[in-house]
Amino acid sequence: MSRPGPVSTRAVRWSALVVALLLAGVVSFYAATSPDGLNRVAQDQGFASTETEHAAGDGPLSDYQTRGVDQGRLSGGAAGVVGVLVVLGLATALTYAVRRRPSRTSTGA
Amino acid sequence: MHVPDGFLDAPTSIATGVVAAVAVGVALKGARRELDDRTAPMAGLVAAFIFATQMINFPVGVGTSGHLLGGALAAILVGPFTGLLCMTCVLIVQSLLFADGGITALGTNIDLMGVTTVALGWLAFVAARAILPKRTSSVAPAAAFAALLTVPASAMVFVLLYSLGGTADIPIDTLAAAMLGVHLVVGAGEAVITFFAIASIVAVRPDLIYGARPLIARRELEVRVSEASA
Repeated sequence: MSRPGPVSTRAVRWSALVVALLLAGVVSFYAATSPDGLNRVAQDQGFASTETEHAAGDGPLSDYQTRGVDQGRLSGGAAGVVGVLVVLGLATALTYAVRRRPSRTSTGA
Repeated sequence: MHVPDGFLDAPTSIATGVVAAVAVGVALKGARRELDDRTAPMAGLVAAFIFATQMINFPVGVGTSGHLLGGALAAILVGPFTGLLCMTCVLIVQSLLFADGGITALGTNIDLMGVTTVALGWLAFVAARAILPKRTSSVAPAAAFAALLTVPASAMVFVLLYSLGGTADIPIDTLAAAMLGVHLVVGAGEAVITFFAIASIVAVRPDLIYGARPLIARRELEVRVSEASA
């Protein structure tokens, strides 16, 4: 494989994965906890109460906490890491499934 | 920005679900042209990165927060069709596994945070790329400009949907003003994060960025011409 830059494709991919795992697994603990823009507006405008119960609301990872893990840092971090890996797997499987197969006579430019 | 169950009535939720299904169907077809040996392995990572980044809420004024939506970022990194597939994966996992975003609102959320941000983000990026100097250092500023627009646009699409099928009787102009005010600031955060994410890849491997490829092709063409004339 040609390398049109100082860093290999493999290094870029691994860096992206490590950054994603660190963000979801560690940094997320320090994220702002106040309601997001939409929820804040819903509260201010008085329609937050129209929210109905989420059908998956008591799932093992609901609200980015791991059920059964009480320690907040660990509970949120584990949920984040699982989420990153599940999204990675799902999106990778989907893109490989829809991907056009390279033809055997393709020119190796 | 994740819309929970109950904010929009059933007919509106069904309609947004149909729009989302059609858009994802188009993306499944269109992504075939975008996905090659370089973009296919990137798509999963882009989705994973956006999921992770969406967990990092940053403060927006007092008592409010926001997070990256990532539609512009995804579209620029892997192409708009593949980008929509990435956003859809993120939103499905968030809703089903983390109860973030209603299940009946999944179509709504794909329309708001996927279709709107990816489509507008890509079009604004292509327009900015056409105006800015034809070099890879233009990619990150063009991406930041596109990202900036996507968040208030997404908020305005929510207001439009709420005016059609909101379950509470809220004056739409007040809702629009409140949503726009908050999401202009969130959009600034979106622009900053998108800028640094794109700039860091431009610095090492611009060829891995779908939206940067036309600029690289142009440069290679110039080099060959100078070699031929020498």
